[in-house]
Amino acid sequence: MKLSQRSYADTLVLAPAGRLDHDSCDDFGAELQPLVEQARDGRALVLDLSALEYVSSAGLRLLMLAGKQARTQGGRIMIAAMRPLVAEIFQISRFTMLFEIHPGVREALTAASPQAAAAFDGG
Amino acid sequence: MRVRFWGTRGSLPVALTWRDVRDRLARALVAANGQGLDTLDKAHAFAEQHLGFSLTHTFGGHSSCVELIPPDAGPDEYFVCDMGSGARPFGEHIAARQGGRPATIYVFMSHMHWDHIMGFPFFGPAYVRGNQIRIHGCHEALEHAFRRQQEPPSFPVPFSQLAADIEFIPLAPGEAHELPAVTVTPQLQHHSGDSYGFRFRSRGKSLVYTTDSEHKLDDHAARRRIVEFFRDADLVIFDAMYSLAEAVSVKADWGHSSNVVGVELCQMANARRLALFHHEPANGDDAIERILRETRRLEELTRGVQRLEIIAAYDGLEIEL
Repeated sequence: MKLSQRSYADTLVLAPAGRLDHDSCDDFGAELQPLVEQARDGRALVLDLSALEYVSSAGLRLLMLAGKQARTQGGRIMIAAMRPLVAEIFQISRFTMLFEIHPGVREALTAASPQAAAAFDGG
Repeated sequence: MRVRFWGTRGSLPVALTWRDVRDRLARALVAANGQGLDTLDKAHAFAEQHLGFSLTHTFGGHSSCVELIPPDAGPDEYFVCDMGSGARPFGEHIAARQGGRPATIYVFMSHMHWDHIMGFPFFGPAYVRGNQIRIHGCHEALEHAFRRQQEPPSFPVPFSQLAADIEFIPLAPGEAHELPAVTVTPQLQHHSGDSYGFRFRSRGKSLVYTTDSEHKLDDHAARRRIVEFFRDADLVIFDAMYSLAEAVSVKADWGHSSNVVGVELCQMANARRLALFHHEPANGDDAIERILRETRRLEELTRGVQRLEIIAAYDGLEIEL
């Protein structure tokens, strides 16, 4: 699976694409962990899941660990733009209770910081 | 092979409260309004055909106790996993069926946490001379745990006064143990103090009993081992006590698993049927029904070649493999 990144002002947006399953989670975790370092001291990190096709229990656990790391650093992770299938998996696994979830990246950035939302709107 | 659930609840037995019963009764009365149910037979038929599970059943109930009935079992032979509080009605069943004839009961113990042994002091056949009880398990302290719970001040009847011929038989993880009607293979599981799953095989059918088992999602070797243990099973009775979110966060290392992981492991293993088991005692029937619906939906969303049938075990459920 691929993990692309882009920034809007002070907020990093990560977009995993493909299937986050038992086979791909180790590589994804290794790529994700250093990027979560940026979610600290009040800054948010947005996970844009619009290209994520599937997430397994092992993938969900990685997201949970990332959220936990961000909280210990004084930051936070938000989820945005889930596909219907991934949204159902979040609901069934009760991961909806572990994350702040937004329908789209724009909404997540608005919750993250005014500067990030303005940067997004400014293209 | 047939499976009969005598106890399906995790950690602690639960019962419906009077409010639960009154609410069900009220809902049933409303549903029956105008149906002309003037006899018990008509009312029973209406309940069976028109009222849902949440009005006519309860998941229960007793803590872990699951009977398996291999086709080659003798008429006086019984096979059971764990001695939770479901062992009390199981014992009554044996007594009624035997009518005074001695029985041989083969017990397989996942571990000795209290909810898995608490039914034994109330297991009637243990008090009957002539009965043989063979308690199998992988823990060194197996016999000690059974004896200790009947010592003062916990219970008035010491283990030494039980009239049945009781023997403890050690099993080795990974090694098949042949009995007259069934072959059983234990498997080590991740749980406080260790627990063991059992795979039973009889006349080409396989049953996996795997409760009180936490699955560490970053341990790929353990997952492969478990998948092989579940491989092509006709039924997997699976510890689905928590949601996945609970199992990997606030309840990590509490020794239990989730419906989501149950579906994944069974799909990887090409198992045919998954029984959600060891229900969280804080969950009412509505909550367990919702978990069952969601688990079936997850199976639909992630189905490969073969459909995995999902059920939620309840006290009194019988399944033919």
